[in-house]
Amino acid sequence: MGIQFRTETFRDDFTFRNSPEHIRRFPFPFHEDSYMYAVNIEPHVPGPKGSVLENLIDVDEHYVSEMADRALVLAEDPLRCQSLPHMTLAGWDLLELLMTEQAKGYPEHFTLTRDGDNWHWINRPLGIDQKFVFGDLSTLPYGPMEYITRQSQGDFCILDQRDGNLWMDAGIVTTQADWSLDFDIGMNFFEWHAPVPLAHEKGVFTRALKFLLNIQQGQPARRLNWTMTINPRLDTSPENFHKWGPDRTTVTPENVGQKVHLRVELQSFWRLPRSNAMVFPIRCYLIKMDELATSKKWARRLHRVLRDLPEELATYKGLTRYRPTVVEWLAKHDDGAPTSSGFGPD
Amino acid sequence: MSAGTTKLDVTVADVVPVNELVTRFHFRPTNGGHLPTFSGGAHVVVEMREHEGATPRLNPYSLMSSPLNTAEYTISVRRDDVGRGGSLFMHRQVKPGDRMVISYPVNLFSLDLRAKKHLMIAGGIGITPFMAQTAQLASSSGNFELHYACRTASLFTYGDVLAERYGKRIHLYHDDRGEKIELARLLASQPLGTHLYICGPAPMIDWVRNTAAASGWPSETVHYEHFSAPKPGLPFDVTLAVSDKKIRVGEQQSLLEAIEAAGVDPPYLCRGGVCGQCETNVISSDGKFLHNDHWLSEEEHRSGKKIMPCVSRFEGRSLVLER
Repeated sequence: MGIQFRTETFRDDFTFRNSPEHIRRFPFPFHEDSYMYAVNIEPHVPGPKGSVLENLIDVDEHYVSEMADRALVLAEDPLRCQSLPHMTLAGWDLLELLMTEQAKGYPEHFTLTRDGDNWHWINRPLGIDQKFVFGDLSTLPYGPMEYITRQSQGDFCILDQRDGNLWMDAGIVTTQADWSLDFDIGMNFFEWHAPVPLAHEKGVFTRALKFLLNIQQGQPARRLNWTMTINPRLDTSPENFHKWGPDRTTVTPENVGQKVHLRVELQSFWRLPRSNAMVFPIRCYLIKMDELATSKKWARRLHRVLRDLPEELATYKGLTRYRPTVVEWLAKHDDGAPTSSGFGPD
Repeated sequence: MSAGTTKLDVTVADVVPVNELVTRFHFRPTNGGHLPTFSGGAHVVVEMREHEGATPRLNPYSLMSSPLNTAEYTISVRRDDVGRGGSLFMHRQVKPGDRMVISYPVNLFSLDLRAKKHLMIAGGIGITPFMAQTAQLASSSGNFELHYACRTASLFTYGDVLAERYGKRIHLYHDDRGEKIELARLLASQPLGTHLYICGPAPMIDWVRNTAAASGWPSETVHYEHFSAPKPGLPFDVTLAVSDKKIRVGEQQSLLEAIEAAGVDPPYLCRGGVCGQCETNVISSDGKFLHNDHWLSEEEHRSGKKIMPCVSRFEGRSLVLER
């Protein structure tokens, strides 16, 4: 029967919400009652049925509406999608990866047929039926990276590997937590992570880079990152700060449950076969505080994590202004009981 | 063994003698279908077992088939009569129809796709990664030029194949005819944006790198592949402190293989002293290190605090490792 795709918005009237089934599969990022940076990377292998990890590229009920929101962002600002000239081969690699994984995980929605270089792609939710020649740019309406990432949830950064470093040389970024591809394009791993506090001192990036450089074909890895967003807005970019920045002043004790969202990024890391580049899909999941509080464990734990978060991290994540209001709201859901270890709801 | 990359089950489809020293092996997936796509310059680690259940010997070989062909992989193995026996095993024992295990492809010698031109220098069996890279570049109208030196015409592995495929872009040099790559002139005449790639014997790599450095080539534009096969040597004893084991490294065994035979699995990728994965701390030693890797710095070699067990050995009374 497949996924029931929701029709909803991530701007203006903000009709986004999660169905009860989707609340239960939310990738809650805290395995204990406190949070600090760590190199929390693990192998990206399929997880339990019904979780966001069931398939290595996850498609969910927000797919159709997220793709519509991406198209709006790109129409306003084409620089959200860029690929330096040497990255076209990596774009074909990514197209193969996403078509293959989506067709494998969701055969009722996507079909890929390959006859040598003659490929036939059917995307039923978006009503696309495309025959093209793999490797031939003239047979697709966009470049290969843009073509497939207009049909895939999450942002995608493609990194060239050379000189013992990774270089942000291509990507599509429309659902980001306040960073800009246009600003970071061409930077290396240390350059684009320069603003992150505390982690450099802990040597986190040196170790993370060493790990990433050695990720091999057939062995992808993943990690979770998180922040918070006011209103379910996917596009919280620096370019549009004037649109979403003021939202942060609108949080009141009465509207926390509907307005404040935990924003979790499932980042995965893949070696691409033809180009030897890497792709980092950054998939954003949003959940309202009202939805999150339907799990007693999650509400208790998030209360403790937010309350005890070091000030530098709260500042970096942009939480300073509304953190006290949210902590106060969550405190009402924290009876002081112990929380079980691990990520899942009770 | 969990320590390396994902494994592939393959069947030997063909064994083709190329000349008196080199034999080519064709691998197809045992369960049908296609092998993973790879990029030119990638290698696979081949597991060689003398018999069912024996501890495997693992050697890296560059993939030389076209990356566009995923129906099969091919490697070319040069027979080394004084080596540890890996190449002799491949030459003498591997037959069509044999089932083998190889690793997923790993590329430590990747093309820099920003290059306006790819200038390749090969010596001897160092030609193999360039076979795949030239096929990849030719299919995408890439600009490349290959200079390839060998001892004699009869040992010029794939020299004729390359010349036929790519014509003027291939330059062959026979040592026995006194033909030499005019390197200084070659390097001086390259267009801006050229990248240089070298694969061959260690003295050739040093010569080209030094000449390029002296001519002002930025190090970011000079790429080389420097696998050294593990060398045989005198047996030696090692204590693995973390796992609390004492092991003996045999004459034809590498230290890494001996550690694995004892049931300890350090990470690895290249097994040729370049990737850095199996770097191991030395807790104490009384004797002499025989460092054969290209990963540790000279200073680290002298310090006696680290060893790369895939290719390096030891002679002396005692060696205690943090494994």
